[in-house]
Amino acid sequence: MAATKAPALPASVDATLAMLGGADYVADRSLATAVHLALHLKRPLFLEGEAGVGKTEIAKVLSAALKRKLIRLQCYEGLDVASAVYEWDYARQMIEIRLAEAGNEDREEIESTIFSDRFLIKRPLLQALEPEIEGPPVLLIDELDRTDEPFEAYLLELLSDFQVTIPEIGTIKAAHPPIVVITSNRTREIHDALKRRCFYYWVDYPNAERELEILAKKAPGAAPELSQAVVGFVQKLRKMDLFKLPGIAETIDWTEALMQLDVLELTPNAINDTLGVLLKYQDDIARIQGSEAARLLDQVKAELAAAPRGS
Amino acid sequence: MRRQSSPATAEQGRLVANLMHFARTLRAAGMPVGPGKVIDAVAAVRTVGITNRSDFYWTLHAVFVNRPDQRPLFDQAFHVFWRNPELLKKMMALVLPEMSLDLPEDEKQEMLRRLAEALHPNPESRETGETELEFDAAMTFSDREQLQGMDFEKMSLDELAQAKAAIARLRLPVLDRPTRRFAPDPRGARADMRATLRAALRSGGIVELKRKSRRLRPPPLVVLCDISGSMSRYSRMFLHFMHAITNDRDRVYTFVFGTRLTNITRYLRFKDVDLALDKVTEAVADWSGGTRIGHCLVDFNLYWSRRVLGQGAVVLLITDGLDRDVGVGLAHEMDRLHRSCRRLIWLNPLLRYEGFEPKSLGMRAMLPHVDEFRPVHNLDSLENLVTVLSAPAPRRLTAAAMLHNGVRAA
Repeated sequence: MAATKAPALPASVDATLAMLGGADYVADRSLATAVHLALHLKRPLFLEGEAGVGKTEIAKVLSAALKRKLIRLQCYEGLDVASAVYEWDYARQMIEIRLAEAGNEDREEIESTIFSDRFLIKRPLLQALEPEIEGPPVLLIDELDRTDEPFEAYLLELLSDFQVTIPEIGTIKAAHPPIVVITSNRTREIHDALKRRCFYYWVDYPNAERELEILAKKAPGAAPELSQAVVGFVQKLRKMDLFKLPGIAETIDWTEALMQLDVLELTPNAINDTLGVLLKYQDDIARIQGSEAARLLDQVKAELAAAPRGS
Repeated sequence: MRRQSSPATAEQGRLVANLMHFARTLRAAGMPVGPGKVIDAVAAVRTVGITNRSDFYWTLHAVFVNRPDQRPLFDQAFHVFWRNPELLKKMMALVLPEMSLDLPEDEKQEMLRRLAEALHPNPESRETGETELEFDAAMTFSDREQLQGMDFEKMSLDELAQAKAAIARLRLPVLDRPTRRFAPDPRGARADMRATLRAALRSGGIVELKRKSRRLRPPPLVVLCDISGSMSRYSRMFLHFMHAITNDRDRVYTFVFGTRLTNITRYLRFKDVDLALDKVTEAVADWSGGTRIGHCLVDFNLYWSRRVLGQGAVVLLITDGLDRDVGVGLAHEMDRLHRSCRRLIWLNPLLRYEGFEPKSLGMRAMLPHVDEFRPVHNLDSLENLVTVLSAPAPRRLTAAAMLHNGVRAA
């Protein structure tokens, strides 16, 4: 059974931090504390924050670092039990009935056969309750704020007892609860009843130093000067009153875009050409493009010249 | 009922007692901290261990904090409490929150006010409510706002009874939106295979096809109500109106604005209308002052629109459009608001005058961006609103053109 033994859970906050770092995720110690608690007390981890700050990434990293299966449930408005938990395979059930009737089988027997595991299509939430050889899987419930309140209420049972009730079969309970990571962009407030069952963490934009570290790991080909200018510029943008501030994902994308265009040094022109990668609203782009971008860039350059960061 | 903790050492016992005390402080300060959280906190602290202050902080943070806006409160409470628990006793003894602490100046003010309020719950409403309001006033920094409690008593009893009765009858049948969920429906367009198969097994023989159709649900409703001086004659009525619709359905969000935007949804959820309006009066600082529509809409668009305008929301904007900032930046924000919702309905009390022409700059800036422009000045017009909302929405972009042709940009 223990042929492919998965790594054990990290024993301390330091070990958790090291594990995340080992999987190329640069985390604050505060985040590592929350992750550590979630892993050891077997409660869901609830991550909130702006888009593109690396919430979803945490689940992926946990899955990779602990060598567990990652099961992802992408939420949307009107998500229902049939697409989140389970559904019966009607077509096969009907064939089975026809065959059974042709063979003159007993009705009771047909009923017990067609409502069995064989005809059950398992969706992410049910899959997450199944035992895996490597250990309980990582269940990522992504962008929970996109669903509606009824689905949230349904999750309450699942997340507190890790069980699902199927009327035709009975209750299915996980022997070992999965590692649950829930993310929300906060387009609406998630009910306290659900949050209460989780460890909460607000994922913030990183500071310049941390963002440079992240960039070094995620876009290793970028020249240090370019990375520093990019991070400086993005940090300046985040202090502005924009409709949608750029996240870390945008910083990485932008750096990669600049590298693709063989930009070695950040210039106003290069910024204007690629601003669409960084800002996603026309108003914001119109505001920054041109003179404002040049002004910010000058500031960034002046600051870099004043305090050169050795790396 | 509570699970008894196993015999612990004196040290642990003190920690548990302290955590319990800390949880009580947070609860008193308004955070939803139940007894279950204390058990969680003890388990969490035992898991992480107390090695350094930062880990301890983030451990408790993960347990007690549920929302980003609770973070500052938690932060202050943590630092005050775990620095010196004796401090709390001192604070409790203080009547007015004026004491010196070695904290940065601004932090001190904010912390003392909120924690002091938490430690001095005032259950009696009327008299203390007024003093609290004055206290609040002292803490605000703008002299442009006329800070005064709104006087609901002025409404005559007759008027009040009439309005209440009419408003209580009011139902806003904003057209339901189809969701992606299904409900059984004998005349539905889709086959419900699951129900069909179950029915077939029950009866055997001929399979009767069960049907289903999309479930309908009312869209979220967002009310933005102007409470500035020029609207003060109507504000009372509208508050009753907003209270009625807030308690009539789910997903109603209410905001009032004058010189600043205030979310009053939570207060209006109180079933008792007097209690709800008392709470609103306490919470809102800019009654009957000036109007800065553009400024308030910027706030709404930036901080709230993405949270309350999902899922096909309908927006009711109640204002006379008289803007102190003479419409600067208003068109832009109205445009954004219009694009973010399914239907934007402007209710304007000035529209009751025959031959009214929207001449003020603010109005001219707003008008091209609304789907519907309606009078709202008496109970009749509120009832008319019901008929309008229950009719299917006309095609977008046409409504504004009825009053104001050709201004809309392509």
